[in-house]
Amino acid sequence: MSSTTPERSTGTRELSAGARRRMRLAGFVRKEMLQALRDPSSISIAFVLPLFLLFLFGYGISLDARQVPIALVVENPTSDTASFAASFGQSPYFAPHMVRDTHSAEAALRAGEVAGIVVLRADFSRRIWYPNGAPIQVIVNGTDANTGRIVTGYVDGAWRVWLTQLGAERGVDLTPPVVAAWRVWFNPAVRSRNFLVPGLIAIIMTLIGALLTALVVAREWERGTMEALMVTPLSASEFLLGKLIPYFLLGMGGMMLSVAMAIGLFHVPLMGSFAVLFGAAALFLLAALGMGLLISTVSKNQFVAGQIAIITTFMPAFILSGFIFDVASMPRAVQIVTLLIPARYFVAVLQTVFLAGNVWSVIVPNSLALALMAAFFLGNTRRLTRKRLE
Amino acid sequence: MWPRIWALVVKEFLAVAKDPRSRFVLIVPPVVQLLVFGYAATFDLGHVRVAFYNEDAGADGRALVARFSGSPVFSKVADLSRDAQIAPLIDRKAATLVVHIGQTFSRDLRVHQPATVQLIVDGRNSNTALILLGYANTIVSAFNRDWLRTHGGRQPPASLVVRSWFNPNLQSRWFIVPGIVALLTLVIALVVTSLSVARERELGTFDQLLVTPLQPVHILIGKALPALLIGLVEGTFIVVVAVLWFRVPFLGNLGWLYVALSLFLLAVIGVGLTISSLVRTQQQAILGAFLFLVPAVILSGFATPITNMPPLVQALTWLNPMRYFLVIVRGLFLQGMPADLIVHHLWPLALIALVTLALATWLFRHHLE
Repeated sequence: MSSTTPERSTGTRELSAGARRRMRLAGFVRKEMLQALRDPSSISIAFVLPLFLLFLFGYGISLDARQVPIALVVENPTSDTASFAASFGQSPYFAPHMVRDTHSAEAALRAGEVAGIVVLRADFSRRIWYPNGAPIQVIVNGTDANTGRIVTGYVDGAWRVWLTQLGAERGVDLTPPVVAAWRVWFNPAVRSRNFLVPGLIAIIMTLIGALLTALVVAREWERGTMEALMVTPLSASEFLLGKLIPYFLLGMGGMMLSVAMAIGLFHVPLMGSFAVLFGAAALFLLAALGMGLLISTVSKNQFVAGQIAIITTFMPAFILSGFIFDVASMPRAVQIVTLLIPARYFVAVLQTVFLAGNVWSVIVPNSLALALMAAFFLGNTRRLTRKRLE
Repeated sequence: MWPRIWALVVKEFLAVAKDPRSRFVLIVPPVVQLLVFGYAATFDLGHVRVAFYNEDAGADGRALVARFSGSPVFSKVADLSRDAQIAPLIDRKAATLVVHIGQTFSRDLRVHQPATVQLIVDGRNSNTALILLGYANTIVSAFNRDWLRTHGGRQPPASLVVRSWFNPNLQSRWFIVPGIVALLTLVIALVVTSLSVARERELGTFDQLLVTPLQPVHILIGKALPALLIGLVEGTFIVVVAVLWFRVPFLGNLGWLYVALSLFLLAVIGVGLTISSLVRTQQQAILGAFLFLVPAVILSGFATPITNMPPLVQALTWLNPMRYFLVIVRGLFLQGMPADLIVHHLWPLALIALVTLALATWLFRHHLE
């Protein structure tokens, strides 16, 4: 017994400082890993949350209006009005309701029962052969301006279809002088799901990153275990790495799950490569986790850390990232504010890699910005994690 | 009894107002977010980057280009001379729209052949693409109408005369800013309540509250009243900014606005307190708050219409208090919604508030094992 003790101690002394550090780090990471895995809430954040949110929102969020209820007022039914009504009935965009008078149609519009009114006046059939043609009155509910505009576009489309049919029936050429031929690149069917689901992955990853880490350091301070860690030889960097690695691995697991759902369930095409997708995801996750750790380190208080996380993560990512509102349409000053939102860069990469492919002129600058933000958040967290009591 | 409840209300209120960090969290972010989101959240297009590829030598091609570049929506970024230039420009998002006029454009027009203008649009943001399509169609239609007028062709037998009610210029800001009233008050009420009981449980002070002569209902009032007051004050501020700063018209009745706002806040406070008393730790409370907040916002009709959702998800939104409040607040702002329609959307809010507040009260007592 007494002879083995000196041997052991010399053995320990022979270990280099680097090896000791590695051992220490491995031990701490293992402890954090076990803690993260044993906590049902971190598992559910990393795996159940993306599953639940992507499923719900992938189906729930859509900008494609289908079967829009619309009131069709025909004051004097003729064969012309019948053919016009038929072109609305055939369109997948409309669920037309025939209404006899403008008054009840307007009441339905006010109550929100229909999204728009189309009125064919009593003299419609007579006036269509006048030089200036007959007016078709269209009223849309402008409360939801975007839907109002989309409905107007659909009415325009139905009207064009009717004109072509009318021309063919009557043997008159009604083709306008200039015809616009559309080509929508990267999303030929203009499916809003192809646009929204990649952005949704960024929103969900933002939540995962913030939720996983926003409270972890604050919790150590509040429970007093931070003091316990201080008396260990663990350095501040090692402490942060130990906090970061398990949540990084959990977050990447959640990311893989989300990508698999986007492709398998929502049939979003992936034109670019997985490698680019996961490279950008890793950088984004480091930034998101870094932001969470910084919130947690600065506040040292779970209550405040939680409040800050709720306010500063989800809503900015939702509104300022380009997930649904186009950053290019925002006023310049707001565009500058969006530069501070990590999700903005990730959304740009995701939308491009999914729909357009590996476009390096989009991927490289955005990834660099993500790397910069990750360095900023983690660097500041490292700076503020001092091993002393105040 | 009332002095005791009042003392609790004052204590809860001070707990929020005295902590400089909590005070900061409740005042600064909502003000900043109101201003930033009010400008940022728009579906209207402005300065859309457009590039022209005009191969036509005639005056008609130039005239069509002038109509596009003259529109305030578009800002020209490039004139192209080769097909190969289009793809890189769109790929790296330097242009969202490329207007391509072929070599025979003017000739086709003169001989009354249909002349084609090719419009290539970046579909990565499908909504922008769809709205662009609408704008460009309007420009082409106006060009057609004028061309027919000056060249003696016959106008189409019928044309659309479009008007928009409640929002004549279809500005999406009028739609979004009233929505922000709902969005920010939701977040504030949730932030104030969702952690409060969980924190007291973790610190052990909730047990102390339970052994006082206060009934669970009194504790509920003590927790709910400060949150309601904070929500009402911040809600008022947001409405004032919406009307005076963002110039959104308010046509409805202010009394109804406060009735609806109070019921909405109570419903959210009920949810927040239920989450808070259901969980064991603050970490779980945060998770619970997010699990309510995120679906409540995304499935509320705030940005994407509920009518576009599949029937099953639409049915889920019946449980979402924000859904009802959004209809009311937008109706009051833009339509001057009449009382019968308001009540139609108000009673589900009252029901949700009643159920969640009752549940929270019950959980105060029964969570202890």
